[in-house]
Amino acid sequence: MNTQEALYNYCLRLGDNALIHAHRICEWCSNAPFIEEDLALSNIALDLIGSAQCFLKYAAEIDGKGKTEDDLAYRRSERQYFNYLLVEQPNGDFANTMARLLLMSAFDVYLFETLTTSKDEAIAAYAAKTLKEVKYHLAHASDWVIRLGDGTEESKYRMQKAINDLWLFSGELFEMDETDTILINEGIACNLHDIKPKWQNYISSVLEKATLNLPEAIHMVKGGKNGLHTEYLGHILSEMQYLQRAYPEAKW
Amino acid sequence: MVNATITKESVLALLAEIPDPEIPVVSIQEMGMLRDVIIKDDLCEVIITPTYTGCPAMGIIQADILMVLASHHIKPAKVTMVYSPAWTTDWMSDEAKEKLKNYGIAPPLHSSCNSLPGSNLHIICPQCGSKQTEIISQFGSTACKALYKCNSCKEPFEYFKCH
Repeated sequence: MNTQEALYNYCLRLGDNALIHAHRICEWCSNAPFIEEDLALSNIALDLIGSAQCFLKYAAEIDGKGKTEDDLAYRRSERQYFNYLLVEQPNGDFANTMARLLLMSAFDVYLFETLTTSKDEAIAAYAAKTLKEVKYHLAHASDWVIRLGDGTEESKYRMQKAINDLWLFSGELFEMDETDTILINEGIACNLHDIKPKWQNYISSVLEKATLNLPEAIHMVKGGKNGLHTEYLGHILSEMQYLQRAYPEAKW
Repeated sequence: MVNATITKESVLALLAEIPDPEIPVVSIQEMGMLRDVIIKDDLCEVIITPTYTGCPAMGIIQADILMVLASHHIKPAKVTMVYSPAWTTDWMSDEAKEKLKNYGIAPPLHSSCNSLPGSNLHIICPQCGSKQTEIISQFGSTACKALYKCNSCKEPFEYFKCH
């Protein structure tokens, strides 16, 4: 793998994480517990779609085959998507969605903080922009996890269950492979082992405020980063890509 | 071929009139989105930057810019979007902040962009000027605004978040 191929993979991963997470969050639109939350979730999803657009557009440029960000979003199949398993998991109840948002946006904050100093100018620019947005996502998720965890008996039970249920997908966030190594050596990518302690500290502090328990170490599942997904991604793509598959070349 | 009498300043002056599609009391220039105009023999290039990565108004803004340029026979023209340096609410002019306030949107406070949002800010109610306000939600009708309520006049209002 050369640097250019690694960079292409890296941008697809960044874009895919944002896009699939956004798609899941969008499912709350008109279904959130109350209207302010509906607006908040839709706005968070919109930020993520914007971020996905930046990274997929850049991936298409690196690829240099005349594709657009839409080609990459709508014309790749499951095995060609490289998002984490965490973001494709179903929304479940509201606690579950907030637990996923907490785990992912805390990761995003530390990831993009590091990427603002990437030697790749485009990645650094998109990271600086995205960082400002994900800080708001993290604040939102943290507020809810604390409120629900330190809430009623029912909300506390559900919040703890959500964290426990999703915990096995959190290990994959810090997995690294050849793509990461090549780009870390070039000063382009983030060394995920460096941000792991920060992430753990943050999550622990939120769970403590929420009077919740940090789950014990368990077996972690992985695969999304290399295109091996849970069954849920296929269902997401079949819905998201329906129009382009049914009416190829259709324009907005 | 771009007409030789056209200058960067004249183009900027034309584009400064274009309103923000979502908050029409302020222009794209006052918002700090209009970054530069580069005139070459064969192209008039307008550089803009998005407020948020997913800002749905960017498409309309690009179309508005091309329409204004076309109506003044400035062609060929092109709009380029740049992301660096990242847009910040610090670029909003004082006039723009005053206009936002008069429109009913509390303007962003300066330089809190490096801390986590929402902490210990005293947002002043744009309706009655009271400091007795509280946040309802970090996200309002658009990603760039938060929802607040005023405990003095009891009216809800929007706050343009620091970014």
